[in-house]
Amino acid sequence: MNMSGIIIETLQVVLLIGLAPAFTGWVRMLKCWSQGRTSASLFQPYRDLAKLFSKDVVLAENASWIFRFTPYLIFGTVVLAGGIIPMLSTDLPLSPTADVIVLVALFAIARFFTALAGMDIGTAFGGMGSSREMMIASLAEPAMLMAIFTVSLTNKSTSLARIVEVIFSGQSVLKPSLAFAFLAFVLIVLTETGRVPVDNPATHLELTMIHEAMILEYSGRHLALIEWAAMMKLFVFMALGAALFAPWGIASANTPQTIPMAFVYLLLKIGASGVVLVLIETGLAKMRLFRLTEFLGSAFLMATLGMLSFFILE
Amino acid sequence: MVVTPIDMASASIILLLVMVVGVALLRNRQNLLIQTSFSLSAAASLLSAVAGAWTVGSGRTEKMILMIGLPDLPFHLRLDPLAGFFLSVVGLLAFFVSVYSIGYVKGFLGRRSVTRLIVFYCLFIAGMFMVILADDALFFLISWEAMAAASYFLVMFEDENAENRRAAFLYMVVAHVGAVAILLSFGVMAGLAAGFDNFSGFTFDAMRQARFPVEWATVAFLLAFFGFAAKAGVVPLHVWLPEAHPVAPSNVSALMSGVMLKTAIYGIIRVTFDIIKIFPWWWGSIVLTLGLVSAVMGVLYAMMEGDIKRLLAYSSVENIGIIMVGIGLAMIFSSFKMPVLAALSLTASLYHVMNHAMFKGILFMGAGAVLHATHERNMEEMGGLIHRMPWTAVLFLVGCISISALPPFNGFVSEWLTFQAFLLSPSLPIPLMKLLMPLGAALLALTGALAAATFVKAFGVTFLGHWRGSRRTHIREVDWTMRSGMTLAALACLFLGIMPAFFIDWMDILAEQLVGAKLSVSATAGGWMWLTPVAPERASYSGIIVFFGVLIVYGIVYFILHVNPGKIHRGPIWDCGFGKLTNRMQYNAASFSMPIRRIFGFLFKIKEEVSLAPQSAHPAFPKKLHYHLKVRDRFWNWIYKPVAEASFWFSRKVGMLQQGRIQTYLIYSFVTIIVLLLFVK
Repeated sequence: MNMSGIIIETLQVVLLIGLAPAFTGWVRMLKCWSQGRTSASLFQPYRDLAKLFSKDVVLAENASWIFRFTPYLIFGTVVLAGGIIPMLSTDLPLSPTADVIVLVALFAIARFFTALAGMDIGTAFGGMGSSREMMIASLAEPAMLMAIFTVSLTNKSTSLARIVEVIFSGQSVLKPSLAFAFLAFVLIVLTETGRVPVDNPATHLELTMIHEAMILEYSGRHLALIEWAAMMKLFVFMALGAALFAPWGIASANTPQTIPMAFVYLLLKIGASGVVLVLIETGLAKMRLFRLTEFLGSAFLMATLGMLSFFILE
Repeated sequence: MVVTPIDMASASIILLLVMVVGVALLRNRQNLLIQTSFSLSAAASLLSAVAGAWTVGSGRTEKMILMIGLPDLPFHLRLDPLAGFFLSVVGLLAFFVSVYSIGYVKGFLGRRSVTRLIVFYCLFIAGMFMVILADDALFFLISWEAMAAASYFLVMFEDENAENRRAAFLYMVVAHVGAVAILLSFGVMAGLAAGFDNFSGFTFDAMRQARFPVEWATVAFLLAFFGFAAKAGVVPLHVWLPEAHPVAPSNVSALMSGVMLKTAIYGIIRVTFDIIKIFPWWWGSIVLTLGLVSAVMGVLYAMMEGDIKRLLAYSSVENIGIIMVGIGLAMIFSSFKMPVLAALSLTASLYHVMNHAMFKGILFMGAGAVLHATHERNMEEMGGLIHRMPWTAVLFLVGCISISALPPFNGFVSEWLTFQAFLLSPSLPIPLMKLLMPLGAALLALTGALAAATFVKAFGVTFLGHWRGSRRTHIREVDWTMRSGMTLAALACLFLGIMPAFFIDWMDILAEQLVGAKLSVSATAGGWMWLTPVAPERASYSGIIVFFGVLIVYGIVYFILHVNPGKIHRGPIWDCGFGKLTNRMQYNAASFSMPIRRIFGFLFKIKEEVSLAPQSAHPAFPKKLHYHLKVRDRFWNWIYKPVAEASFWFSRKVGMLQQGRIQTYLIYSFVTIIVLLLFVK
């Protein structure tokens, strides 16, 4: 463990916490433009968060400790996940803590508690959201694992830092298996982060809510933490995609020259991924809940195709 | 005199057996009886657990020959690391459950005599210890039957319900069909080891020395696997499990699901890796396939269930499936001479054995606590217990997180190791397996995610929200003995989760002895904090950093937000202005599982009935809606019903022999003797 590693680690976590709302603002801005609307400023999410933090909390009479514990836990897991993914550099002290599978499981524990919090008050909406979220997660998880499997076959590792290094050393560039895995990954990211066509983060229409239904009862700083964590989750998944499929620019050694470059690359990649996300979201309509099996089934199929093409072509 | 582990283990068995007889002395003082007997059984179990842990730690093998039993057939006992590992798992959970039982069994006082429960409880634990220590076929089968019979009477404990009697009967039938298969398997191996004309082949030592021709080895393996799979509840031999486990008293359910199933796993490992040793790869693929089927089907059944104890029983089918997956992988890798990968899979599987014992222990004990407090097993009638039973809620939650394979608790470690073993399967030499194995990993991922959904349902419906039942019973938290039994198991889950390297180091001797490779050279090479199977750059995990990392971020955020906290107002639930919310409007177990039921429903036989009771004034505004849901097991009609009908048909035909006239019977004997004389020279 070295000093520079710790500094970069801290920097990366601070960047994640600080930049995630801006990224969400960026996505909302692009979405407004693409739909011909005037957009709010890039910094609107910060103002929203500040507003929520300054408000008092209103809890239901029968809310238990789980309801109050969950927002902090979600925030904690996402921040930890952000410290593990190589965004700026592969030489991070936290990086060996978890490989991709553990990372997926970290999000799973956040989801587990969100679902419990949804059931805590005992309203129909909360339970509905929890039930749907867990159903979607159980379909998304096999597809996610297949995508990871394909990537790890090519790179002979599930450790993120290692995957990035292998791609750097030129052992795996633009292989068909990775292309399929990437397509599957995109579909899964849409599912995991609750975007259109799976879920719509902007809606509070009762019949279509999933994630929003679970957190409907939250207010004040609890809601702020959950919203912030959701923004970070989106950011983390974009960074994860960048690390798995387009790691160019990530520093493999922590020197004063490489880190600023890595930062610029990160901004460019994340910004571009926002454009892709908006293109997908504006191009598609929200799906009916039970059509998601087809959606996630095709994600699974693509990941499997990727794996098959690895065995056949590579 | 130097005390050795096997002395300790025998002492604990003797203590338990003495108690079986001795409880009669105290049977008129039930309260005292409960306290003494469960304290003693806790001590005996702890003694065995220590003996087992010591054996695994020191890696030595001890033997003992008891000159009892039939002449010339003494009982052989052997405590090697494999037996020691299972002994410590069984002993540890039996210790926790015995502590818990002091409080739990008191719930029966005044309703019925608990003498029978205690007698068979002690015999049951002693039976499990003896199965593990047995080193010959005879003693093994005697212990196996003692264990089965004791658990049969425990399932029958509340025998006034027809449901319990039926479940116990079904259990007995399956247990005996299985036992017959095991007996035949030992017969095949003993015969091949020393010929059929003497008994010297009946010790496991003699069987170990023998080299079996592959076709006979296959016969022996398939018979043993069938027998043990019936005990373990592998699909399609699982139907007895969700019937028998829930109706037993909850402390017994915890032991049955947590550790009795593991004796079957022990049997499979003992027969394949220790006795037969060399086997073709397709044996492993059978185990793997059945394991995957059990895992997926088990968790789907659990998801459909509304009865909390049945849900847990089905989830045991799932976890046995996961353990079988690890064993299957280990067999495949080992038959292709890949000892390190076999060691990884076997360690994953054994780690899950230990994990499942601990978290299923908590969950059944927790369900027992709920049952004790509410006298209710149906989740549709529960809710909001987290306010009434805060301790039980937290401990049950730990069990739910662990069983859902979420970090940093223990279930995740074994699942992660199994995934790593799957990820290494492309190094297998058969192309078809390379392609199919990753699909197995995907099924395992599906299982894990469905398990999380199932336990969100189990915890959410039972402990969160409002009380759904019509009866408003007075619900109180359970007493300290029950809580401490569960707390100890919860702590075990946490430590197994955050310090896996320590435990893997300890149990590495098993992999070395059974598949010929150590994992600790690679798995724990980076120090006690890191788990790195195969190589650090391949994959690494640190449970302790995940645990403390999340806690630290949690603490910092909490601190920052509470320097100058805003107020917290409590208000009534927002009812959208409707104003008529009732507790029946919450999501319940049936509605929670509805999306998954709709997607995977084709695997079950589902009968759904909705009937409306029309209002007299206007048919468009119905007064009441009745919803009736029945989820049936398809295997019941596919396998069990035909078998049951065939055996009834056959016994009716055979029954025609019984004329009830002595003359006819004499003719039968006469004919038999004539026929025998023809064959015997």
